[in-house]
Amino acid sequence: MIAITDYGMGNLRSVQKALERLGARAVITGEATVLREADKVVLPGVGAFKDAMAELDARGLVPALREAARDKPFLGICLGLQLLFTESEEGGLHPGLDVLAGRIVRFPSASPSGGEKLKVPHMGWNSLRFQGGSPLFSGLSNGVHAYFVHSYYAQPGDASVVTAWTDYGVTFASAVMRPPVYATQFHPEKSQAVGLRMLENFINL
Amino acid sequence: MLAKRIIPCLDVQDGRVVKGTKFVDLRDAGDPVEVAALYDREGADELTFLDITASHEGRGIILEVVRRTAEQVFMPLTVGGGIRTVQDIRDLLNAGADKVSINTAAVRNVAFVSEASDRFGSQCIVVAIDAKRVSGEGPARWEVFTHGGRRPAGMDALEWGETVQAHGAGEILLTSMDCDGTKNGYDLELTRRMSDRLQIPVIASGGAGSLDHLADVFERGRADAALAASIFHYRELSIRQVKTFLRARGVPVRL
Repeated sequence: MIAITDYGMGNLRSVQKALERLGARAVITGEATVLREADKVVLPGVGAFKDAMAELDARGLVPALREAARDKPFLGICLGLQLLFTESEEGGLHPGLDVLAGRIVRFPSASPSGGEKLKVPHMGWNSLRFQGGSPLFSGLSNGVHAYFVHSYYAQPGDASVVTAWTDYGVTFASAVMRPPVYATQFHPEKSQAVGLRMLENFINL
Repeated sequence: MLAKRIIPCLDVQDGRVVKGTKFVDLRDAGDPVEVAALYDREGADELTFLDITASHEGRGIILEVVRRTAEQVFMPLTVGGGIRTVQDIRDLLNAGADKVSINTAAVRNVAFVSEASDRFGSQCIVVAIDAKRVSGEGPARWEVFTHGGRRPAGMDALEWGETVQAHGAGEILLTSMDCDGTKNGYDLELTRRMSDRLQIPVIASGGAGSLDHLADVFERGRADAALAASIFHYRELSIRQVKTFLRARGVPVRL
């Protein structure tokens, strides 16, 4: 059973539908006990970092998520990737789950190299440059597009955790891994066949 | 590189797809879920449903359409039309929509935009602006209209774009009332002025009739995305055909 962490932030149904479509049993849960019983855990989410940490805390989910990230296949999506890091600059400096070392920072509104103004949020389909070999990307070719919606991105303390890079004014980490933890800044559940393949790979881990 | 998005739009009335020319003269053209699945296969980057169901009783039908669509289509889905309350938004998101598009309710009370974006995140709040060019002397101006283009709101469209951005809109769906339904091309000047002025993405809408129109709205209009209905809907052009053409013109697209 795959547990999709519910902490009142964002649309969990689409993640569940995608996993179910691939034949997995996926439950949406806000209970620490269910996260502990699950074979795999997904941490999705959209919204503000600080609110998300406050919600996780209020529901008593932080210890269970840290354990899960140590013990079983764990997938962070979008805000779920960001929450795994040490801290975020969104709305002041706020601590995260600190499973991975690094900080979440905002996109600059102008490209550092000058040139065209960058729209923030970074919204739409952008390409992935794979680094190393993540089992999540098995069967996919370098350069595939995935769907992004975000204004902040991760700067990992250790660049070797990065499994995909994406360019948007800056080059940022669009996916990271430190088994059993996998995380994507984009939304696999919204990335059509490419995203479904990643979720299938996750199911098969 | 971030790809320019191609977004087919389905006008949905009482659970069926229709497309009006200048918002009247509707023609029935099928099941929205089937059409959505077809666009998914063709490589649409997102989908938009515009619910034009008039009666309040009929409003529940769109939720079922969204629910069925989200079960088989795994790409971003925006739903607009008749959204008045935070509960309307919550219902649509729970049914499987990723974004909602707000028009009249934002004009009536701009605080609704802030409330919605605070509650659900600006990434899922699209503000739709129906703009009509003001004729007369002097520099070009566009006025905001509501109620499907029938009622002037007495506001400047570009200023309104800036206002809703400040209130947390995540994206603008900008429809030229002058071009909509004409197939003579997008209003490039309007699109460019809005896109240059705002920090958030602008989706251009109204007037797509040819491959060149789509290339123009990205190259000259600086749109982040282009929405089109009838050209895709009546199979005059396929999405793949459009993207192949755009790529050849040097516009970044996802193929």
